[in-house]
Amino acid sequence: MQLIKGKGFRGGVHPPDGKELSRAKAVVTLPVPEKVIIPLSQHIGSPAESLVKVGDIVKKGQKIGEAKGFVSVPVHASISGKVTAVANFPHPAGKSLPAIQIESDGLDEWAETVKENPNYKNLSPDKIKSIIQDAGMVGMGGAAFPTHVKLSPPANKKIDTLIINGAECEPYLTADHRLMLEEPTKVLEGAVIVAKALSIKDIFIGIEDNKPDAIKVLADAARSYEGVKIVSLKVMYPQGGEKQLINAVTGKEVPSGGLPMDVGIIVQNVATVAAIYDAVRFGIPLIERIVTVTGSGVKEPGNFRVRIGTSSLKLIEAAHGFKTEIGKVISGGPMMGMTQYTLDVPVVKGMSGLLFFPQSEVKSYTPEACIRCGRCVAVCPMGLLPNMLGIYAELERFEDAEKIGLMDCMECGSCSYVCPSRRPLVHLIRYAKTDVISKRKKAA
Amino acid sequence: MLIAIISLGGLGFVLGSGLSIASRKFHVELDPREEAVLKALPGANCGACGFPGCGGFAAAVVRGDAPVVGCTAGGVSVAKALGAIMGVEADVVKKVARVYCKGGNKETTKKFIYEGIPNCRAATLIAGGDKTCQYGCVGLGTCAVVCPFDAIRMENGLPVVDEEKCTGCGKCEMACPKYTIRVVPADTKFVVSCMSVDRGAVVKKYCSAGCIGCGLCVKTCPYGAITMENNLAFINFEKCTNCGLCVPKCPTKNIEDYLIKGHEPRQESA
Repeated sequence: MQLIKGKGFRGGVHPPDGKELSRAKAVVTLPVPEKVIIPLSQHIGSPAESLVKVGDIVKKGQKIGEAKGFVSVPVHASISGKVTAVANFPHPAGKSLPAIQIESDGLDEWAETVKENPNYKNLSPDKIKSIIQDAGMVGMGGAAFPTHVKLSPPANKKIDTLIINGAECEPYLTADHRLMLEEPTKVLEGAVIVAKALSIKDIFIGIEDNKPDAIKVLADAARSYEGVKIVSLKVMYPQGGEKQLINAVTGKEVPSGGLPMDVGIIVQNVATVAAIYDAVRFGIPLIERIVTVTGSGVKEPGNFRVRIGTSSLKLIEAAHGFKTEIGKVISGGPMMGMTQYTLDVPVVKGMSGLLFFPQSEVKSYTPEACIRCGRCVAVCPMGLLPNMLGIYAELERFEDAEKIGLMDCMECGSCSYVCPSRRPLVHLIRYAKTDVISKRKKAA
Repeated sequence: MLIAIISLGGLGFVLGSGLSIASRKFHVELDPREEAVLKALPGANCGACGFPGCGGFAAAVVRGDAPVVGCTAGGVSVAKALGAIMGVEADVVKKVARVYCKGGNKETTKKFIYEGIPNCRAATLIAGGDKTCQYGCVGLGTCAVVCPFDAIRMENGLPVVDEEKCTGCGKCEMACPKYTIRVVPADTKFVVSCMSVDRGAVVKKYCSAGCIGCGLCVKTCPYGAITMENNLAFINFEKCTNCGLCVPKCPTKNIEDYLIKGHEPRQESA
C-alpha cells in the first residue's frame, strides 16, 4: 500500500461544498417500504423489458426486467410482494417512464437465486463478468453506465490500471464518503474482484483531500492488499470526472472522443465496487444504495441506505421533513443533478443524493449576452471554449460547434457556474449535442 | 496630361479587349428554362425544397433532379407555372399549417418554472417541457421564429397561423419538437386539435381544452369520418365533408373549425 498525491487537472471550480450538513451522519438503513416503483430504465442504453405482469408474486432479488441488448442491464425486485402495476410512473430523469410497482407482503424474503458463494475468490474472469451483468450493475456515481460494458474492452485494448473513484467532488453529497468510512473492506474486496476480472495489477483509489478520515481508513484497510494505492486528490470540481481523475492520478490524457480504455484504464465508482462485492460474494443484485438527503431545506440531513424504487417521500420523512417551503429539489449533485418537479420519484440506481432548497434560496436569473470575458474557458476542465459553443448553439450553427469539440463536453456545469452573464451554457451545449447526435443517427 | 490619357486609355483598351475575348471564349451555355423557372419562383430562398435557395432549386428542376411541384412555398400557382415551363403536368393542392393543440397558457397547467433558452426544442430537453401535458405545444414560439413568411404569431402560448401568408413550406413542422404544427391540405377544415393519448380523466386534470376521448364526435359524424384511436379522435380527411356537425358536440370545444377562421362561406351540409 502506498499513499500518493494526485497531480491535479486543468481548470475546475470551487463551489461551496455544503458537505458539513451530512458528512458526520452515519448511514441509516431505512425500513422496508410498503411499495416500490422500479423503473425499467435506470441506466444508459435500452430500457429493460418487463418479465412480470400485474398479480405476479415476486421475491427480493428476483429478476423482474430483462436487459434488452448488450448496452442494457436487468432490474430486480427490491422487496418481496405482489406486482400491482406495470405502467408509466414519474422518473427522476424528468419524464414518465415504464416502471414496475410492487406492494410489499411484509416478509422481505430473498429469491432462491440469491445465494452466497464462499468460493468467490476463485471465480474465473468470465464468470465474474457474467455475475456483474446479471446483477444489473451500473455506475453508481450518477451516470449509470452499465458496468459489464466497461468490463468488456475489445481484444486489442489491454487494460492495466483500475481507478476507484472516491473523489465525490459534487457539493453536498456524502454517500460515497460514508461508504468508504464505514465499509472500507467492501470497497477494497470489490476493487480486487474487478481487477481480477480484467487481470489488472495496479489499483488506485482516488479520494479528495477534504475527506482525510476516509483516506486514513482506506489506507489502513489497504495495508493487507497488494498493488492498491490510495491517491489523495486536490479539492476541485470536477475532480471525480472520469477523464479528470485519470489525468490527476496517472498523468495520462484520454484522447478526444475516446474512452478510458484507450489509455488502458477503467474507472469505477466506490459504491459500484462495493455493490459488485455484494453481487459476487453473496449473489445480491443491485437492489439498494446509499442516498444523501440534504440541503438547507430539510430538518435532519443524513445518509440513508434505501431500496431501489423507494419513493423520495420516504426519504423526506427520514430526514424529518422540510424546514420551510421548498423551492428546488435536485436529484444528484447540484452541479450535474436533475431538478425535479414532483416529490414522488423513486430512488434509482444512479441517484446519489436528493437535495432540497428553500424557496428563499432559489434565485432566478435572466441570461445576458456573452461579454467574452473568457472565465468559462479558464475553468473548462476539458479545455473547450464554452463561450463559443454557447454562441454557436444559439445561432444553431451546430456543425461549427462540433468542429470546436462540442462532443467532448461532459456537461459538468463549471462554465455556467462562473458565467457573469448567467448564460445557460450547459443547456445550450446539450441542445447542440442532441441535434448533432440525431444527425449522426440519421447518417448511420 | 496627354501621357496620362494615352496610358490609361491604352490600359483600358488592352484589358477591356482581354475581358471581351475571355467572355466569348469561356461562354457558358445557359438553359433559358432555368432563368424562366427562377423568375417564376417566389424568391424567398426559404430552403424548404431542400436545395440551396431558389437558384439551386431552379437548376435542379431543369436538370430533372427536382419535381416541378417541389416548391412548397410557391404553392399551386408556382407549380403550374413551372409545369408550363418544363412541359409537364403539375398536380398539387394548396397546403397550409394547422395547429394540433388547444392547450394554451390559460387552459393548461405547468410542472415547473422554465428558465432556460427560449426555444421549444431546447425546452423539451428538460423533462419534456414545462407543460404538464407531454404531448402538447411547448409554447415558446420556435415555429413563429423559423417561419420565413411571417405567417405565425403566438397568442396565449399557442401559434396562430395566418392562412393568407402561410405557403405550406413546412419549416414550422420541421422545427416543432412535439409535431403539434403540421402541414396539411388546405381543404381540411376540421381538425381535432389535440395530440394527447392519455385517458380522458388524466387529460382533464392538466388541460381544459384537450380531447378526452369521449367519442361523441364519432357517434355524431354521419359519414364515419371520425375514428377513436388511443383515446384520441382522428378525422379522416378523405371521408370528411366539412359539414361541421362534430364541432358543437365536442364537450371541450377541441375540434377547430377553420371554415370560420378563414372567413370562407360555409358550405351547405349535405
